Amino acid sequence: MCSDLALKESINRSRGRPRPRLRIYHPLSWSGEIGKGVQKCHPPARGGISFMEGMRVNFREKAKLVDAEGIRRTLTRLAHEIVERNRGSQNLAIVGMRTRGVFIAERLQKLIKEVDGGDVPLGVLDVTLYRDDFRLKLKQPQIQVTHIDFDIDEKNIVLVDDVLYTGRTIRAALDALMDLGRPARIQLAVLVDRGHRELPIKSDFVGKNVPTSIGEEVRVRMAEHDGEDAIYLVERVDKEEGKSNGS
Amino acid sequence: MESYILPDRLCLKNARLIDPALNLDQVGDLLLERGIITSVGSVSASGNTLSWNLNGAIICPGFFDLHVHLREPGNEVAETIRSGQESAAAGGFTAVAAMPNTTPPLDQAGVVRWVIEQASFFPVSVYPVAAITRGRKGEELTEMVELRQSGAIAFSDDGSWVLSAEVMRRALEYSLLVDAPIISHAEEPTLSKGGQMHEGEMSTRLGLPGLPRISEDVATLRDLMLAEYTGGRLHLAHVSTSGALAALEAAQARGVKVSGEATPHHLVLTDGAVVGYDTSTKMKPPLREAEDASSLWKAIKSGVIAAIATDHAPHTSEDKEVPYDEASFGALGLETAVALLWDHGVGKGLLDPFEMVRRFCHGPRAIVGLPIPALKEGAPVELTVFHPDEEWQVDKTRFYSKSVNSPFVGWKLTGRPWGILKGQRWAGRVEPKF
Amino acid sequence: MDHERKNRPLTSRHLLGLEGLAAEEIKTILDASEAMKEILDRPIKKVPTLRGVTVVNLFFEASTRTRISFELAEKRLSADLVNFTKIGSSVSKGETLLDTARNIEAMRVEVVVIRHQSPGAPGFLADRLHSVVINAGDGAHEHPTQALLDMLTLRQKFGDLKGLRVAILGDISHSRVAMSNVYGLKAMGAEVMLCGPPTLMPRNIDALGVKVSYKVDEAIAWADALNVLRLQLERQQSALLPSLREYALTFGITLQRLGKAKRTPVILHPGPINRGVEIESAVADSDASVILDQVTNGVAVRMAVLVLLSAPEVLM
Repeated sequence: MCSDLALKESINRSRGRPRPRLRIYHPLSWSGEIGKGVQKCHPPARGGISFMEGMRVNFREKAKLVDAEGIRRTLTRLAHEIVERNRGSQNLAIVGMRTRGVFIAERLQKLIKEVDGGDVPLGVLDVTLYRDDFRLKLKQPQIQVTHIDFDIDEKNIVLVDDVLYTGRTIRAALDALMDLGRPARIQLAVLVDRGHRELPIKSDFVGKNVPTSIGEEVRVRMAEHDGEDAIYLVERVDKEEGKSNGS
Repeated sequence: MESYILPDRLCLKNARLIDPALNLDQVGDLLLERGIITSVGSVSASGNTLSWNLNGAIICPGFFDLHVHLREPGNEVAETIRSGQESAAAGGFTAVAAMPNTTPPLDQAGVVRWVIEQASFFPVSVYPVAAITRGRKGEELTEMVELRQSGAIAFSDDGSWVLSAEVMRRALEYSLLVDAPIISHAEEPTLSKGGQMHEGEMSTRLGLPGLPRISEDVATLRDLMLAEYTGGRLHLAHVSTSGALAALEAAQARGVKVSGEATPHHLVLTDGAVVGYDTSTKMKPPLREAEDASSLWKAIKSGVIAAIATDHAPHTSEDKEVPYDEASFGALGLETAVALLWDHGVGKGLLDPFEMVRRFCHGPRAIVGLPIPALKEGAPVELTVFHPDEEWQVDKTRFYSKSVNSPFVGWKLTGRPWGILKGQRWAGRVEPKF
Repeated sequence: MDHERKNRPLTSRHLLGLEGLAAEEIKTILDASEAMKEILDRPIKKVPTLRGVTVVNLFFEASTRTRISFELAEKRLSADLVNFTKIGSSVSKGETLLDTARNIEAMRVEVVVIRHQSPGAPGFLADRLHSVVINAGDGAHEHPTQALLDMLTLRQKFGDLKGLRVAILGDISHSRVAMSNVYGLKAMGAEVMLCGPPTLMPRNIDALGVKVSYKVDEAIAWADALNVLRLQLERQQSALLPSLREYALTFGITLQRLGKAKRTPVILHPGPINRGVEIESAVADSDASVILDQVTNGVAVRMAVLVLLSAPEVLM
């Protein structure tokens, strides 16, 4: 309870401003240990650096790998490859993975129509609920709607994402798709493959292969979401020292 | 806590001596010889005099708490007569009135005498308040004459209101025989049934059933009318609403023999303190709103309320570490009262030191007709010592009470009670240095 | 749909009530609920999200609807769940809530869903447990998931809660549903009117920034949506109401009453319905009623709350 709660203060409190019921705790600020009985969590001090801020890593742009024109050309090529490999667009469906995979999928849908004339159904997949790191992440998830309003049974699905890295997100997406039905085939189209796979997953259609080191990341920017079309190579910067810890 | 026997001649040096009855407020020394004050002001120490430098602590006539629950006999886990006495000494009270809602209740002379006897081993005097009715059931009157002769100073069914107006009328009439006040716990029970906290915006927000002001006001008005009609002496325990205060003031103006007391928690806290469901904030009457608190301060200042009483009500953690609506009513008061009144009353200009001492010492004793201690030569030693500038934090591990249900735990207060001087003894939170 | 408003992660580890929750946080829950609703329409209505998470449903008060809704939500998310009801448990043998809490703690449960007759009981547990605590109704205090599902239903119907006029009808003073709705709707910018007999209207309720009316026709004419509360049948015993019959005549929502208004408001009811008391069957089953949508949304909202509060990982 407040230490110097004067009459005046308690008057204020009684006039419709109760102490907020919110308990702001963060798991890592939890000071107790299992088995030590009941202990209170201590919320991080207000006004100081929050936990998330303390953990944040900064990235520095290293190189612009592809510009808007390059992305346009790449997507056009991917559309052609998809149509060719599937012998047309019949029985084809495109599923974009949130967030940027959706915009890539929308463009591919248009391009396929230009190439083949066919109207390919488009779905949106949010894999948050299938992630294997769901409860390990320190950030509360942004859960968005999965929107696939067509029957995926016996369809040839092209799953679309921006960057293929460990393969774990794709694994989650495959599980999610399987819960929705039984597609005839699932193919994977990505704008960038940066390597470092941790699961036996490979892409069927790749826009660009970008060999990277662990300290680097590939950032795809889409005009619909980020205001420009581009692919950047960025590297992690240690916030404390402001120095690169990569390469 | 043990009490210390004082040397035959003890000089208390460098103290602030306050006695409103003598218009005394000065820094000086006090010479005590075998339980009697023998010199006030400047003392020239002779050879066999020990002295204790009080460094500016206030010495004033001993405080008396008119409303304390000692829980013994019956609930010795929550408090005993001894632990209550120690708590009183730590809070600066030289005497307390013990309420009768024990098990068995104080409704027979034997129990009253037993309480007095149990209290005789420690310097804090315990004056029993006997029940108005047998078993506090509100039906048959107790044997007031015998109880009074056995040492009861007043009569109360505290914890419940005497529901029958007839019984209350007869109690007030019969009390004329014994010259002791009838203390009313003014709570009309059908209006407060199921209530957990003051009825108002906060109870609505917290979803707790209300104890409405009107319950206290209706009960107060009835008892005032009965007192006026019978000529009996009425004392209103723990007055908490503006309405009851207005009724009390009007009755006093009409010449009704009626007095009232207020608790520190009703002065300092409002129902906003219940947010968070701390069960230490659950008591009867409940914490009211700011306007009630400011009316109480005015009534204390003006003397309409003549006494500050703590309604010290210890409860075990089993009774308090439960959801709010399952918790028992009551909060500790003895060890924080003086500091709260000094810090939040005198410190904020709501009272002057004389008024505060009067409400703690003179007012409550006048209500029950006890002799009033004084800071003058020849008077017996019954003194309260507290330091006006010491800052301290209310720490629940340092209560002398056996319970910890104080809504002020964690509060930082200025003004710290040291203890009491009573006869040739010292008892208190601070060890004497001589 | 509230597009201009941003989402924000929940700042509290627990869901004890909607009082003090920011609009952005409520939006986060409602948006997540939409994603959960999509799962409920799938042939396989299950996601692996809470695999390995143990949830205990502590129901100290009889409840069918809310408990089943929470249970389904937990199962849809692949959580392990344990049900605890007062009847036949150690609580009926006099165990205190504190001891119950300590036992749960010792059993390493990640999430506690609690329904308790005492206001503040969920907060009591939250102060003493490491587990995430979700309030499933505490006395007359709050019932946050009910208000969230009401708001989700209204948002689906009207697109936006801002400026929406919602009247809550019935026994306000004993209603946690009303309180949570008031806090949530006010936070989202809706206008709220409370309507009921004066004996069932809590003191100083206008301090919460709501309109108060004792006339049901006034509420119907004013409102875009009516949330009709269940009348506890025992209220007439405590001098709060002369009879259920008189309540039905004075406050019951009937087609005839609705017919007098220029437009028919959307009808919500937290259930279970006392047909013929607070609401006529013809109204409950009419096109204006979204009562069954509320039930579906209830599962979705509870899934969303469970997911949002179970991540990030709590026990590390």
